[in-house]
This record gives sequence, C-alpha cells and structure tokens, in this order.
Amino acid sequence: MAEKFKLTIVTPDREFFNEEADMVEFNTTEGEIGVYAGHAPLTVIVKPGILAITQGDTVRNAALHAGFVQILPREVTILAEIIEWPGEIDEARANAAKQRAEGRLAERGGSVDVARAEAALMRSIARINAVKMK
Amino acid sequence: MASMRDIKRRKSSVQSTQQITKAMKLVSTVKLQRAKGRAEKSKTYFNCMYETVVSMLSKAGDINHPYLKANNSPKKAVIVITGSRGLAGGYNSNIIKLVRSNEWNKDDLIIYPVGSKGRDTFARLGYEMGEDYSAAIEEPIYADAMKISNQVLDDFATGKVGEIYVVYTGFKNTVTHIPTRLKLLPIKIEDERSDDDKAVLDFEPETEDAIDLIIPKYITSLIYGAMIESVASENAARMQAMDNATNNADEIISSLSLLYNRARQSAITQELTEIIAGAQAIS
Repeated sequence: MAEKFKLTIVTPDREFFNEEADMVEFNTTEGEIGVYAGHAPLTVIVKPGILAITQGDTVRNAALHAGFVQILPREVTILAEIIEWPGEIDEARANAAKQRAEGRLAERGGSVDVARAEAALMRSIARINAVKMK
Repeated sequence: MASMRDIKRRKSSVQSTQQITKAMKLVSTVKLQRAKGRAEKSKTYFNCMYETVVSMLSKAGDINHPYLKANNSPKKAVIVITGSRGLAGGYNSNIIKLVRSNEWNKDDLIIYPVGSKGRDTFARLGYEMGEDYSAAIEEPIYADAMKISNQVLDDFATGKVGEIYVVYTGFKNTVTHIPTRLKLLPIKIEDERSDDDKAVLDFEPETEDAIDLIIPKYITSLIYGAMIESVASENAARMQAMDNATNNADEIISSLSLLYNRARQSAITQELTEIIAGAQAIS
C-alpha cells in the first residue's frame, strides 16, 4: 500500500475533495469497484451508494448519488452530480424519502415511474447507510 | 423660465430616483460577487466534464449514436436564458436580438424560456413556446438544469426537435458580457483533437451505453453553466446600468440646482425692483 494516487471529487457547486488517497471504493452500474493506484484507465458510471476513501488507517465515507468517474493510473476524478458527507445528510428526510419511494414501488400502478422511484429509493438508502457508518 | 417651485419639485424627484438607483447598484454588486464566486467554483467541474466528453467522443468517432447526428425534424429547440427583471441595460434585449437574428427562421424555433423577460417577449411575438422554466433563474441550482435537459433530451429523442441550442449571456468579466449561441445537440466531434496523454481510455459499460449516460450529464452541466454565467452577467449589467443612472442623476441635479438659484436670484431682484419703484412712487 505504498503508492498513493490523487483523488479529486468535484461537483457543480464546489470542489468536494482533493487529496492523496490509498484506495477509493464505490458503486458503479457494473457493480462495486475498489480502485488502487496504478489502475488501468477507465471511465465508469456511478450508481447511488457509499463512497469510501481510505487514507492510511482512516476511512472516510460519503453518500455518492450520481455522476461518473474517470480513472487514470495516478489520478482519479469523480464528477459527482450529488455527493454528501454524512454530516450534511438529514437523516429524518432520508427516512421519509425511503418510505415514500417504497410506497410508490409497492403500488406499481400505471402512473408510477418505477425507474424514478427505484432511483429515489437507492439514494435514500445510500444516505441512511452513510449516516449509520459515521 | 420655470417657477422656483417647479424646479424644486423636479429636483427632489430626481434625487429620490437617484437614491433608488444607488441602492439597486449596491444590491447588484453584492449579487454579482456571489454569482461570480459560484461561477468560479463550478469551473473545475465543467473543465473535467469537457475533457472527458471530448476524449470519449474522439475515441468513439465511428459510433453512430443518435446524440451525435441530427434527426430529421426541422425544428430547433432554443433554451433562452434572460433575466426576470428589467433595468439591466441591454442585457435582455441583446439576447432577444440574437434569437431573432436572420440566421434563424421564426417558424423553426421552439422557445424554452428561462427568465420571464424572454418568455413574455417571445410569447408576444408569436413564437412557438415549450415548457417554461422561468422560476429557475432566480437561484439556479443543478436540479433545475437537470429538469431542463431531461425535457429537451426527451423532445430530441421523440423527434419533436432536431437540434438543441442554448442562448445565454457569457460572462467574461464585470464589464464584458457576450450574448452567446451554443449548440448542445447534435454534438460535433472535433477531429483535430488528439489525446495522446490520456492513452487508451476504456469505458464500463460499453462506449455506446456510456454515451447514453454521460451526454445527458454533459448537456445538464452546460445548461447549468449557462445559467450561472447569465446570472453573473445580469447583475454586472444591472450594476453598470444603475451606475450610469446614478451619474446621470447627479448631472441633472447639478444643472437643476443652477437653474433654481438663478430663478431665486431673479425673483429677489424683481421683488427689490418692485419695492424701490413703489417707494419712489410714494415719496
């Protein structure tokens, strides 16, 4: 674990994170992925889930909801549309959103946008997990 | 010569107008600072986004994706970003002029207004109007841009429109703002760009699916950037306009003061003449 890489996380509103890291893990459309330094160049699309940044012995978590990631051997850039530290999450709101989304999925009526409800459910679960892991 | 009372009334009216323009200038200065800060913060995101999309497209050159070629619809979707308020110099009218320029045929356009000034003008001129997003310009957030881009991409996918443009005011610096017309879709692939430093960039999922997912994000970020720049430009334009108005008011006030003093003097002189004449008549 000697080698580190530069991890940059940017959102449209701010630079979320910009430090050296040992490893970063997150969810992609193809499944979970963990990236060390020296990874083959790759661009992946993010799925809502927990983002875990490992720096030495410490692990920092954040809820990452949408965006894509550009992986280069010495550099990883995450273009996140929505990302939050656990401290920024309103747990009560996430719980409410989860219930709402579950209710919508349970109905499965013609007017329910299933894909949207599923995405909302995944987002709320990611938020709740991020808060719990704090 | 106008009477003293008239001049005085006019002067005080100009003075109170000046107070308003001064206050508006201060307000837009503060808003400009904020908007400028936001525009700078979001720069990194857009640069990264742009680089990724360019490298992706230069790699995917031979891919025949719907986002990369025009469909057959002659209609053009135009997202017109203006302010919701006036008193900003030429800010709103420059945008409107650009949309109405001869290059575009009125009947081919569908206007998606962001900002009520543009909406009202184009509705009055009889343009075909799409969804209205005017509320978004007050405080542009990324979610608003997402809504707009989803809408236009839907219309593009269903063949309602064949091309998508955004017309906004680019913010260069506080005194220079450029009304800009930007083509969002179909995306032109710039052949001259070579990304040797990036080596081979793989995509997961496959390139075609990746385009499906990344292009909407790219469009959204462009719309968001356009909104943020427009807000900065609007406030800068208003600041300048109000600064000019305040200076003009100063000028008017000083010339009115001169007139007032002259009128006062002549009134005194006349009164004196009358008194003296009266006194002479009695003695």
